[in-house]
Amino acid sequence: MDIINYLKEHENKDMLRFLTCGSVDDGKSTLIGRMLYDSKMIFDDQLSAAESESKKYGTTGEKIDMALLVDGLQSEREQGITIDVAYRFFATENRKFIIADTPGHEQYTRNMVTGASTADVAIILIDARKGILTQTRRHSFIVSLLGIEHVIVAINKMDLVDFSEEVYKEISLAYGELAKELGIKNTYYIPVSALDGDNVVDKSNHTPWFDGKPLLGLLDSMDIAKEQKEEDFRFPVQYVNRPNLNFRGFCGTIAAGRVKIGDDITVLPSGKTTKVKSIINAGDITEANREAGTKEAYAPMAVTITTEDEVDISRGDMIVHTNSLPRVSNNLKVMLVWMDEKPMTLGRTYDIKRATSVVSGSFEHINYKIDVNTYERTQIDTLELNDIASCKMVLTRPIASDAYKENRLTGSFIVVDRITNNTVGAGMIVGVSRRDEDIAKRIDKHYTDAERALNRYIRENFPEWECKVV
Amino acid sequence: MLNQERLTHLKQLEAESIHILREVAAEFTNPVMMYSVGKDSSVMLHLAMKAFAPSKLPFPLLHVDTLWKFKEMIAFRDQRAKDLGFDLIVHSNPEGIDMNISPFEHGSKVHTDIMKTQALKQALNAGGYDAVIGGARRDEEKSRAKERIFSFRDKHHRWDPKNQRPELWNVYNTAIEKGESVRVFPISNWTELDVWQYIYLEDIPIPSLYFAKEHDVVEYEGTKIMVDDDRMPEALRKTAKKEMVRFRTLGCYPLTGAINSTATTLPEIIKEMLLSTSSEREGRVIDKDQEGAMELKKIEGYF
Repeated sequence: MDIINYLKEHENKDMLRFLTCGSVDDGKSTLIGRMLYDSKMIFDDQLSAAESESKKYGTTGEKIDMALLVDGLQSEREQGITIDVAYRFFATENRKFIIADTPGHEQYTRNMVTGASTADVAIILIDARKGILTQTRRHSFIVSLLGIEHVIVAINKMDLVDFSEEVYKEISLAYGELAKELGIKNTYYIPVSALDGDNVVDKSNHTPWFDGKPLLGLLDSMDIAKEQKEEDFRFPVQYVNRPNLNFRGFCGTIAAGRVKIGDDITVLPSGKTTKVKSIINAGDITEANREAGTKEAYAPMAVTITTEDEVDISRGDMIVHTNSLPRVSNNLKVMLVWMDEKPMTLGRTYDIKRATSVVSGSFEHINYKIDVNTYERTQIDTLELNDIASCKMVLTRPIASDAYKENRLTGSFIVVDRITNNTVGAGMIVGVSRRDEDIAKRIDKHYTDAERALNRYIRENFPEWECKVV
Repeated sequence: MLNQERLTHLKQLEAESIHILREVAAEFTNPVMMYSVGKDSSVMLHLAMKAFAPSKLPFPLLHVDTLWKFKEMIAFRDQRAKDLGFDLIVHSNPEGIDMNISPFEHGSKVHTDIMKTQALKQALNAGGYDAVIGGARRDEEKSRAKERIFSFRDKHHRWDPKNQRPELWNVYNTAIEKGESVRVFPISNWTELDVWQYIYLEDIPIPSLYFAKEHDVVEYEGTKIMVDDDRMPEALRKTAKKEMVRFRTLGCYPLTGAINSTATTLPEIIKEMLLSTSSEREGRVIDKDQEGAMELKKIEGYF
């Protein structure tokens, strides 16, 4: 193939990020090694290094141990397990892939949550001999919690069950039930043997009854575009660029939706309004043209916006369309994943970083803790490492907030310990939990006395409606 | 395959990197960008120029000069600084200069430690930088695959691979105490192929050493190296032959392996890369010192 044409084609490649979930024995590293190896992206010298290391630590006898191609740190290599999140890359004709490789044992839920946070697709490995295990339920729960919409169930070690269609069907059926329970939107099932490469890159001769695509073919072709709904424009202001008195640009990455010159915009939480004067798409900038403008931009472009009026805008603010305001509140209902050895303390002040804003706040109440294995809810008042719970979070300042399921980038936050500076938790906004802070709504509308009286009457007599204060 | 609303993989990577660079400028008081003059540095510089346009770069570039870099790299570096108008800081280890450290005489391990790792620490301590932007990519080496984009370093610039901060979504924890710092890797998620494709697509200037040309080369410790000056021992220099070679990475000339090649254009380089069977770091002598060499170097503070 002509290289120039090749390059043209590859300029238009898409990108897909996926997460692999499975425990040490599921053959996860072997599966990844196999994908990298078979897609010819393992370079020769890395391979020869793996050959000499196999002799020292290998667990597969004479064959090259695929897992050694992907297990990174020296100390881990000796233990024969992966203990952290690692990112790997390969490409096909259509897509560049980023794999988040995370461990499967319970004490490392934290790592899986981390890997899942950026993934579009999850591959869940199930040992064909064992079927759905506790860890499968755990992985699936985290995948659904982190909002991954596509799950590929790789039923592995099919060679050890004689490539039985029955086993495959049984596991697929059982997983379908689990996916339904968790609200996972799209599931795909593939019978594989990672060790021998069946249905990983090429279709296996051992599974004539399987009419689906092999794993790589599926990853290469699956549609991961979000449903075509009109998304609300969300622009967390990241950096104010002011080279001279005539230019004041607000830089950031568009988290959702699109924006064009002349759009009416509101700055939150202040509520000030103005119009978009100009847009620079950073990607269009060249050495020769340092002010290349564009009429319109959309997520996830990194852009710089200037406004018609001199409005006070700073890092941490959110610019949105005036006709689609999010809720603004300092009182949020969240799902919190605790990631630190030191338990979470109710009422203690933490720094909450959401998009580009850092606001101090605390967790005032734990509604319930959810068991990642059984999905049972329990009442507790402290969160330990790897606990996941529904909490009430109170911030010292209100922020414009979207629910995580509506917007992954404006609905998520990390919790930073103010003394150790560690990232001790990660959270997802479920909703606004108190009504009286709803500034955005207030700017929007003025109520008559009669409307206010009606509102009060409803609140006092029908509290179960959870009516907002106006 | 692609609908109009999805950016191509290179545009997604570009946007992600720009987001990271802006986060550094916004959150740290005294950041610096490492500039090694190579292709990855060239891409980072290009991204930074985009991120802060129409302003100049809000941070200086730091080049740790081991004094054994290819001559062309130094000329190229100074020309870029002039053309783009960024602040350039160059540091060499004065103790190393006094000791007259030479990779030929002292070996790659000692040379790298004194002229690179120690020099880097000196420069970082002198500058008091709280964020140090580097061009490392996760596909380069296995231990890099696990490093965070915002990677915490203690007061001694040490990396603790077992105790890294969780990194979720595109929300980066930038909190540190005085004296501590963060190494930031904006092109973590790029592969070697991505870098070359982007250079091609965006027409980014890179040193001509990446392109095949006839050079004087000698065999040295199993690697083919270029005769760049007469500090190379004479006995070795005498064995020089003219060959068509190019470099896949650029560093200290005695430690950077040349490969035989006829690729004189970017598409030819990319083609060669796609067909090649050895990975990029193969040309670097230092990684071969011992198994897990990079991990040890990183713990010690090497980039």
